[in-house]
Amino acid sequence: MKNWISRRQMALMGAAVLATAATMFVAPQASLADDVVLKVYTALEEEQLPVYKEAFEKANPGITIEWQRDSTGVIAARLLAEKQNRQADVVWGLAATSLMVLDKEGMLERYSPQGFDQIKDDFKDTRNGWPTWVGMDAWASAICYNKVEAEKLGLPKPTSWKDLLDPVYKDQIVMPNPGSSGTGFLTVSAWLQLFGDKGGWDYMGKLHENIKTYLHSGSKPCKAAGAGEYPIGISFAYPGVKLINDGAPVEVILPKDGIGWDMEATAIMKGTKNLEAAKKLADFAASADANKLYNESYQVLARKDVTPTLPANYPADEEKLMITPNNFYEMADRRQAILDEWQRSFGSKDAPK
Amino acid sequence: MSGRHPYLRIEFVSKNFGDFQALKSISLDIYPGEFVCFLGPSGCGKTTLLRAIAGLDIQTSGRILQAGGDISGLPPSQRDFGIVFQSYALFPNLTVAANVGYGLAGGKMPRADIDKRVSELLAMVGLSGQELKYPAQLSGGQQQRVALARALAMSPGLLLLDEPLSALDARVRQHLRAELKQLQRRINVTTIMVTHDQEEALAIADRIVVMNEGRIEQVGTPIEIYRQPAAAFVADFVGQMNFLTVDIEAPGLIRLGQAVLEAPDANLAAGHGVTLCIRPEDIQVRGIADGKGNTLLTKIEHMEFLGSFCRAELRLACGRALHADFSINAMRDLGLVPGQELQVALPPERIRLFPGEEKAARHG
Amino acid sequence: MADIALAGTATAPRIKAKVSGEEWGARAALLVLGAYLVITLALPLYTLLTKSVQDKNGQFIGLANFARYFDDPAMLQSLGNTVYVSILGTVITITLAFIYAYALTRTCLRGRGLFRAIALIPLLAPSLLPGLALIYLFGNQGILKFVLLGHEVYGPIGIVIGEVFFAFPHALMILITALAVADARLYEAAESLRAKPARIFFTVTLPGCRYGLVSAALVVFTLIFTDFGVPKVIGGSYNVLATDVYRQVIGQFNFQMGAVVGLILLLPAVLSFAVDRMVQRKQVALLSARAVPLQPKPRQTIDRLFLVLVALVAGFLLLVLGMAVFGSLAKLWPYNLSLTLKWYDFSRVGTDGWGPYFNSLRLAACVALIGTTIIFSGAYLIEKSRGATRLRMVLHFLAMIPLAVPGIVLGLSYIFFFNAPDNPLNFIYGTMAVLVVNTVCHFYTVSHLTAVTALKQVDAEFEAVGASLKVPFYRTFWRVTVPICLPAVLDIAVYLFINAMTTVSAVIFLYSAETKLMSINAINTDDAGNTATACAMGIVIVATSAIVKGLQVLVVGGLERRTQAWRKR
Repeated sequence: MKNWISRRQMALMGAAVLATAATMFVAPQASLADDVVLKVYTALEEEQLPVYKEAFEKANPGITIEWQRDSTGVIAARLLAEKQNRQADVVWGLAATSLMVLDKEGMLERYSPQGFDQIKDDFKDTRNGWPTWVGMDAWASAICYNKVEAEKLGLPKPTSWKDLLDPVYKDQIVMPNPGSSGTGFLTVSAWLQLFGDKGGWDYMGKLHENIKTYLHSGSKPCKAAGAGEYPIGISFAYPGVKLINDGAPVEVILPKDGIGWDMEATAIMKGTKNLEAAKKLADFAASADANKLYNESYQVLARKDVTPTLPANYPADEEKLMITPNNFYEMADRRQAILDEWQRSFGSKDAPK
Repeated sequence: MSGRHPYLRIEFVSKNFGDFQALKSISLDIYPGEFVCFLGPSGCGKTTLLRAIAGLDIQTSGRILQAGGDISGLPPSQRDFGIVFQSYALFPNLTVAANVGYGLAGGKMPRADIDKRVSELLAMVGLSGQELKYPAQLSGGQQQRVALARALAMSPGLLLLDEPLSALDARVRQHLRAELKQLQRRINVTTIMVTHDQEEALAIADRIVVMNEGRIEQVGTPIEIYRQPAAAFVADFVGQMNFLTVDIEAPGLIRLGQAVLEAPDANLAAGHGVTLCIRPEDIQVRGIADGKGNTLLTKIEHMEFLGSFCRAELRLACGRALHADFSINAMRDLGLVPGQELQVALPPERIRLFPGEEKAARHG
Repeated sequence: MADIALAGTATAPRIKAKVSGEEWGARAALLVLGAYLVITLALPLYTLLTKSVQDKNGQFIGLANFARYFDDPAMLQSLGNTVYVSILGTVITITLAFIYAYALTRTCLRGRGLFRAIALIPLLAPSLLPGLALIYLFGNQGILKFVLLGHEVYGPIGIVIGEVFFAFPHALMILITALAVADARLYEAAESLRAKPARIFFTVTLPGCRYGLVSAALVVFTLIFTDFGVPKVIGGSYNVLATDVYRQVIGQFNFQMGAVVGLILLLPAVLSFAVDRMVQRKQVALLSARAVPLQPKPRQTIDRLFLVLVALVAGFLLLVLGMAVFGSLAKLWPYNLSLTLKWYDFSRVGTDGWGPYFNSLRLAACVALIGTTIIFSGAYLIEKSRGATRLRMVLHFLAMIPLAVPGIVLGLSYIFFFNAPDNPLNFIYGTMAVLVVNTVCHFYTVSHLTAVTALKQVDAEFEAVGASLKVPFYRTFWRVTVPICLPAVLDIAVYLFINAMTTVSAVIFLYSAETKLMSINAINTDDAGNTATACAMGIVIVATSAIVKGLQVLVVGGLERRTQAWRKR
């Protein structure tokens, strides 16, 4: 009896399906069995990860890093969502303001790493004797300015936040929505600190007239400026510098009236099963060697004893312009109120113009 | 037949679909080797009853016994039957041989025995040599035979046929009907066939079960069903029938308009609202004397030529119509043409009376 | 006469159907399927949605979150925006897809196979790709910016264009099916009555496919309503509900409010599901009549008109893909447009290189294999087994839910459910297994419906015949049903494969270092400013899916040749 698919063929197909499924289902084992594998959650840039990993593993044989990288918001949301059953051992390279949210939830281990005294005061939690996070480097808000497009439109180069209120910039500026983006929030909180509460909201009201649109990502305004979509994007320096390196006609401007900032920081997750290895990573992240690595991408470093060099195409004087003190805690407490106020004033006016 | 034990016994079987009662307390005995037809209009419950016997749709209440054992709640796989559906349900991806041998292949029967049995079965239905064809390569009639061979492969005690011929054209259907009957006689398997075609049922069945609205109207041999319909519904459904509302004058006498006719005594009370039934072919035109022997004066309204005979529509004096079949010979001899007046006789032994006026009586 | 007409007794005992061993087996399998759907769908959703009535500490607070939501004018604005773009997008998509489907089924258009293949492009692309392509086309530096007459692409215009691009093939598939089942006799009758073509169109063609139109419109509306990818990339500051979920969860870590919006996202989809069910029920009656298939006759003017229309739509689809290809090859958009292949060197943007690509392949293959097995066998059990009616109805309903669940809602549900410390299944969290399970769940409904449609076309009496021959149902399933339905099975497998290659929103919370996916990598790469490489990754996904789709066409062609002896088509 000849059928177009014989019983044996059907059986073979079935077996093949099961076998393939079984082999594919089992993930390949990444590391050696006797190594301690640290699950490290991070929002660092993708290209920094292999460099940092290699440096740490070289200095600490027997410990392997397994990265979980995503954008700041996604990583922080994920850490919070995993609160009941934490997957991460260490967070290395997440906005300090996000770590503060985790700290509030009691999710961070207290630990002061080796060389803690060498960390600048702004870069550590000094309210209590026991830090839960330690800063690595700082990033500050900046203006990405597309020279080619600005020239086409006859826009002068702004040098301060106040410059951006000039009616000539009407509908030429984009900035991140503070509700979606950490960069957006730190910029807004800087304005409130620089100009005072009333002055800050007044400023934002006037700036709103010149804003074309609020975007849902901190780096997007700069990238949009780099692609010529808009001449001016309020963002932070790193993506702008990258665009310049790639050849985009962009200039990164640090407004001279002062800039809001946040830092990348390290913390150990409370409840980690690899506490000793995690401490080693925290020690390394606070070390001078690590700070030198951070300097490849950022200008302002946490360590007092590392003299930063200016990364290629990086705007100068970032540290000088950063507002001090930056009232992170106060701003974190007022965060919901500020966002609600912002949403009321500008969020619902988002409709197409 | 009554001396033997029934092979299949159905006792008070009812089936509800929600609020709808598809079978209303059906009881029926079927004897070994019998060929029984369930006949009735669509929706009468005949297929529902067949599916209950097969265990495909278990009845709501009542018992079914097969070969002495109670099979009422058993799943189909634990019952003993072969089935042919209207669609045949042949497996399109399997050859004829694989279809017929489908039930044999699962057991411990050796390959060679299976092949032998399949050949036998195909020879039996006249399809030798078609083993390697696929169903789609066969004609409708051939597919039907494959389905029959497959149903018989396991030598079931009961063969169930659900309108097995209705998808075929008329000529093939007549031919297959005869073959089916012969085959059934030869292997002597108890068979139940569902059909809505009264001609088919009359031709093939040992006994016919006429069903209507979930009830059995009559059970009998084809001749009983045709000649002595137990109800107006049966009379109407099987064959052609004239229905006339008449009054009972006295036991054995009825009044139709001005005419008084003899009729069998049906034990009906005198008065209004009785239905007279007579088949068109039973109406006589030859050898009758004026005013005697149940005669009526009619006028031929028009005539319909139907091949071997002619059907005339006759108008009675009271204005009602009556159909009568006349042979071509009679037409020629009497020179029948429309518009002509004609004496006809309604032989008393051919008249059947049912209670109720015409409409009510027909829908039972 | 032996049979006696006995009067029935109304109080006769109910016959209880005895269940055979194999039927118990089928019921056990149904229960396993039920348990699977409860664990991978119902419980995770329940876990998340209960957060909508809790405060941040997990205390029950009733409808306070909802009250806050409806108090916020910005949120209501999002709701209005979502409804607006969904309706506009649905109208445009259905119009275009109807013209396209009409041309493919009712005119003598040349190159119908090619046009049909082109129409599939949007299915193969991750949402990022058309987003970027639309920016290149209609953005402020876009080469076709003038088309918008000075309007901004960022906002409703961009969202609608992007959503039309995405929803088009979904609507097209349904409408082709609806238009393909026309009864030629109706047209002959209309022509013999001297009806003008326009009158025939409005009195015969449109009413004939109105159920197809309604269900296509509902599917498209649901897709647009819940989509997150397009508004995120090109929506600018035009907020819709899906980006609100993102803002609440990612921007503000407010899972409770995210759950509220997620629940609101579910409601219209559930509503359209109900309407669809009603429509489907009527459609069965409509299709049961035996129809004579309609063969289109050449009509020169109309054929030419439709060629132009179809070419325009197909041209647009190709333009979007072509622009993405160009974006992946240009040195620096828009300032240096010379071509380079360097963006395809994925090791430039991180150590993963092509690793995520192979992860994606692994996921897609697993989802295709495991998903098809579960979904098709499940649909068979639901559709064809005897008894257990209520259980089968519940399972069918469960299988319909995923269509209405936005990916981000499903993804978060999975974290909260599968990562709970007291969940014995939490060991699969962070593995490939959770991604597979999640993706199968995400795309369950359409696959299930495909399987059910195919199974309904299989003769309903096969199981009865099998039982009468004492052959267990699983053997009939394997020997008859699966071979007959093989084209549909392949359809499901390829559908799952393609969607697993492009999926983002549900798995973004679930992947881990070893299971990073290409589609997610593309988003992160774009976020990091490497737009061209992100484009290149998207193109690689499109190419892979296109190859798999092509393989399917070849395999089905081969199967049909081998099986033409028994397959009547």
